[in-house]
Amino acid sequence: MTKLLDAPQRPARSGGPAGPAQRQGLARSIRSLLTSPKYGPVIVTAVLFVAVFVIGGVRYRGFFSGQVFLNLLVDNSYLIVLAVGMTFVILTGGIDLSVGAVVALSGMIAASLLQSGWSPGVVIPLILVLTSVLGLLVGLMIHVFKVQPFIATLAAMFLARGLCYVISQNSISITDETFVQLAVARIPLGGGMSITPSVIIAVVVVAVAVWVLHATRFGRTVYAIGGGEQSGLLMGLPVARTKVLVYVISGFCSGLAGVLFTFYTLSGYPLTAIGTELDAIAAVVIGGTLLTGGYGFVLGSVLGVLVLGVIQTIITFEGTLSSWWTKIFIGALLLVFIILQKVLTARRR
Amino acid sequence: MNVLARVVAHRLFWPVVMLLVLFAINLIAFPGFFTVSVRDGHLFGSLIDILRNGAPTLIIAVGMTLVIATRGIDLSVGAIAAISGAVACSIILGSPTPGSLATVAVAVSVALLISLVLGVWNGFLVAVLGIQPIIATLILMTAGRGVAMLITEGQILTVNSPPFKFLGSGFWFGVPIAVIIAAVVFGLAALITRRTALGMFIESVGINPEASRQAGVRARGLLFAVYTFCAFCAAIAGLILTANTAAADANNTGLFIELDAILAVVIGGTSLAGGRYSLLGTLVGALVIQTLVTTVYTVGIPPIATMVFKAAVVTVVCLLQSPTTAEAFSGFRRRLALRAGKGVAAS
Repeated sequence: MTKLLDAPQRPARSGGPAGPAQRQGLARSIRSLLTSPKYGPVIVTAVLFVAVFVIGGVRYRGFFSGQVFLNLLVDNSYLIVLAVGMTFVILTGGIDLSVGAVVALSGMIAASLLQSGWSPGVVIPLILVLTSVLGLLVGLMIHVFKVQPFIATLAAMFLARGLCYVISQNSISITDETFVQLAVARIPLGGGMSITPSVIIAVVVVAVAVWVLHATRFGRTVYAIGGGEQSGLLMGLPVARTKVLVYVISGFCSGLAGVLFTFYTLSGYPLTAIGTELDAIAAVVIGGTLLTGGYGFVLGSVLGVLVLGVIQTIITFEGTLSSWWTKIFIGALLLVFIILQKVLTARRR
Repeated sequence: MNVLARVVAHRLFWPVVMLLVLFAINLIAFPGFFTVSVRDGHLFGSLIDILRNGAPTLIIAVGMTLVIATRGIDLSVGAIAAISGAVACSIILGSPTPGSLATVAVAVSVALLISLVLGVWNGFLVAVLGIQPIIATLILMTAGRGVAMLITEGQILTVNSPPFKFLGSGFWFGVPIAVIIAAVVFGLAALITRRTALGMFIESVGINPEASRQAGVRARGLLFAVYTFCAFCAAIAGLILTANTAAADANNTGLFIELDAILAVVIGGTSLAGGRYSLLGTLVGALVIQTLVTTVYTVGIPPIATMVFKAAVVTVVCLLQSPTTAEAFSGFRRRLALRAGKGVAAS
């Protein structure tokens, strides 16, 4: 559709003499880019991120450094992985409320098994398998039994939190050597800057997700389901398999995020990561994925995580602002972006 | 036979059976389960405990029932409960006379008024901006806890005010105050929605908002009313919870209570797809949940496993309500009938 509409302007832009006509064409194409439901929110988010980062740099000394930026990745690597899984789910028009509880659960499993002497080489794959199976069950409940996604994932959230309590009510600290070494390891990037192995894992996950969504049949089916499940079915796409798989991916990502979060905290605690599901959903929405599904990018979600991270960093730099302002800011930002989505999709219609 | 079939087909049959089974388990584990005695002029006993501890959940579930009937959901009730508790406690703490009835009355009314504002906010997001209810109320669910933290300045506010404490643990004619409040809320909701056409309007909005608007139902106003009522219920429950411990804890007051409330509504047979609700079912659902918690204690299962049980119950109920299961059942019944018919023909 957009291609057809854009086509007449193109010759004028490339071939015509420089002048008001060209500027007008450029302005129009910028406007159509900003108001498209596909690119608009992502561009707004990118601008917002740069703006907030610059404001922070002007206001605070020591903010405008590469390490502050890299720390955004270090502190939020688990959230990036979560947001990637959530992007898949939301692209199909679903939602996963269980991710926070699953993060806590995988932290608890890791901590308790490592405490009883298991090797991390066994524990981490085991966690990933378990959380994927949980995602599979949720997906089957949603697809086969037509349970609404939010109620099915709500049940999974209950289950995961409950299992956390069953494992232990108290915080378990991790002392396993390999695990601790993975947690404290820094990879120098030169210039006094460094990242953690978690960042590399997160980047790999993002790269794989981008490839899956944009270069495979599965990825296109995900977008198709979000655009219209019925049409997808009529086109002969494997809707059932894809819908279930999306929740498996989200479960896997939650498990991996739990492991990364455990690297970060080096302990398991049943009440940790309460409300993380909102952070993940907020990151995805701010990153420009439409809540009704069909439009969105994984890289947008990463940008969304970075925006949340930079807000958190600013609140830390400010010092006088209490940390619970973060929650209020995230809520407000989420609201603004949902309204933006509404406006953009309404205009297109 | 016919009567039995009608009883089994009744909407409340399975919830009531669930409740009775739980009662039976309790009676086996603890023979004195049903005894209610009068001590110091107060009623005492396991049943009274269930009613009293279940009151906040029931109050919120009543509001949630009406929201779900419009095909909505309100995830922010826990946060609203925390905010109302925080507001009331900070007002009582700030006044020079924390023990006077007037102070408590002011604190409670301000908390309730604020909840009305929050409810209108939710209603605005859903009815005017047209945001999906889950997401619209998710915003207040997180931001609300932040607001509550802001009010309490991140501390647990402990108040020493007898009239306020009375709200949570007092008795009136031997009956716990919380139970009386829950009964009043339940009675009012049932009276207003079922004795007038309001309930039908709410259901019609749940079935098809656009069609009901064209039929002359003011869908937008109804959505506002329903979300405001739900927030109001949440605030009442929050006040009871806070008064019970005489402390406002912004992080933990009403934590996960939205799940309990949704669970109560779902167990009660109200479909999450909207368009149909049963307040009586919600009452039974809330009792089932509280009895489940009590059962976990009396049977001697570690109480920490309660959440796993709740997850199992919600899963089973959802699977039973699912159209796929209904289809499978009817297919099974048809095959049974077919086989029975063949048998008759052969003999």
